[in-house]
Amino acid sequence: MPVEFTKTDVERVASLARLALSDEEKAVFGGQLAEVLRYAEQVRALDTSGVAATAHLLTLETVDRADDERSSLPQAEALANAPDAWLPAGLFKVPRVLG
Amino acid sequence: MTPDTARDLRDAVAAGRRSAVEICRACLDRIDRLEPALHAFLTVTPERALARADELDRRARAGERLPLHGVPVAVKDNLCTRGVRTTAGSRMLDRFFPPYDATAVSRLEQAGAIVVGKTNCDEFAMGSSTEHSAFGPSRNPWDVSRTPGGSSGGSAVAVAAAAVPVALGSDTGGSVRQPAALCGVVGMKPSYGRVSRYGLIAFASSLDQVGPFARTVFDAALLLGVVAGADPADATSARLPVPEFTGALTGDIRGLRVGVVRATLDDGVDDDVRRAVTEALDVLRSRGAVLVDVALPHARFAIPVYYLIATAEASANLARYDGVRYGFRAAMGGDADLRRMYEETRAQGFGAEVKRRIMLGTFVLSAGYHDAYYVKAQQVRTLIRQDYEAAFAQVDVIATPTSPTAAFPLGERVHDPLQMYLADVFTVGVPLAGLPAISVPCGFTRDLLPVGLQLVGRMFDEETILRVGDAYERETPWWKSTPPVTKPAPVPRG
Repeated sequence: MPVEFTKTDVERVASLARLALSDEEKAVFGGQLAEVLRYAEQVRALDTSGVAATAHLLTLETVDRADDERSSLPQAEALANAPDAWLPAGLFKVPRVLG
Repeated sequence: MTPDTARDLRDAVAAGRRSAVEICRACLDRIDRLEPALHAFLTVTPERALARADELDRRARAGERLPLHGVPVAVKDNLCTRGVRTTAGSRMLDRFFPPYDATAVSRLEQAGAIVVGKTNCDEFAMGSSTEHSAFGPSRNPWDVSRTPGGSSGGSAVAVAAAAVPVALGSDTGGSVRQPAALCGVVGMKPSYGRVSRYGLIAFASSLDQVGPFARTVFDAALLLGVVAGADPADATSARLPVPEFTGALTGDIRGLRVGVVRATLDDGVDDDVRRAVTEALDVLRSRGAVLVDVALPHARFAIPVYYLIATAEASANLARYDGVRYGFRAAMGGDADLRRMYEETRAQGFGAEVKRRIMLGTFVLSAGYHDAYYVKAQQVRTLIRQDYEAAFAQVDVIATPTSPTAAFPLGERVHDPLQMYLADVFTVGVPLAGLPAISVPCGFTRDLLPVGLQLVGRMFDEETILRVGDAYERETPWWKSTPPVTKPAPVPRG
């Protein structure tokens, strides 16, 4: 397990997270993440065989409600916070997706 | 003079002694006066607040009486407020105007409270000092060179400086309790599920909970009663009846069993904090409580477990900030593609701590490391929860310091993530187990910085920790203390 974070490791994770990082950030984060993970090694050293994982604290039940018609967010309001939108067509605008 | 509590103000409005408009004006004036020194608020909404106050005065004259009638409140800026800018302390949401209110906010308003502004916080509630706010730190009113704690630092400051009697924050790893302790006010994290998270900007969904700040335990109980309860818009809100929390404040804690975790009073805890908390335990004993030593053997793993789980959940929750539907988008050249837009938007929109946590969370969820880190942390989370279950078989509440130190200087830890994370050593275990906990002021250090006593309760038993906190408050003068920044400047002699 890496308790060192190479530049390649940092770049791989940044790519998964869709984060463009500067070279300086890569160096700083690499060191800091390694430090936090070294601290987390004590957890990995603990014997947890047979222990169930806790993902959530509540026993969730399926909730039913009456199948009544309800109003939803008007389109203009849904688009109001968009950095770029085409209101007449009700669309969010984004840069080119395909070459 | 002790500043008015929410209860005082509500009663004054009900009796016709004061008007909501007059109270609101005084509150807004105070905010104007204190803000240059404290920076508790990111947005203040005077016109909206005064219009609401006027409406509430009319309703009071018509005979209506609401639980928070005419009470000004401040709301952490990660709770959505319809039409009022909500930034979560991030450049990413610098110009975000939510189209709906958080359930906690709409319940406050239905109960007659008046939102006067949105308070500063660490970006997306990630931090323990408010220094990770994209809009600059808040300052501790007891010493403006120190942090107020975080992440709900602005709400804690607003209450401590008596700008408002009560405020809402959110607590994921200690973000209500720790700033409450560092600012000398009451702060509570309810049980997971007690308060709806609808409209709370998500950080770590299995941990986040909305909680009240107040000067008195009574006010905290009052506020909790208003915001608590099942909400069809949040499937994780508990469908349980909401007790009359203020009714639990009987002052009687005779025979109640208070668990003491000796390890929390050991090395690593500031001497003055240890002294204040030890004296607080003596006060509880003198009121008839029985002190019982309990052990939480896995508590020492709480910080790493918390930072593995919370960052994993955060990396998923923050994937939504992609510059498409709302929030910031980086300016791009005409030939940029979608993926580059995502990467640049997130690079420019997020601050360093948020990026760090997204990176850590993405790593622990990534192929090859998921079982070794994330699942492992969830297993140890089970052990931490079981420790509390075993302890609560013996005691009714567990008492610890809220924070190992009093307020630390601005800048001291901001570039050292691990040191900043260690500020949460006594608070992070509680949300991992979902339990309710309250921090109440329990004295001062020699430097006149406030110290907090944390009381942890059984799942959904907020009433007992409120009762103990209130009984303690009745015996001690701390809640009446006001910080130096709120006092008038000394008149020059001569």
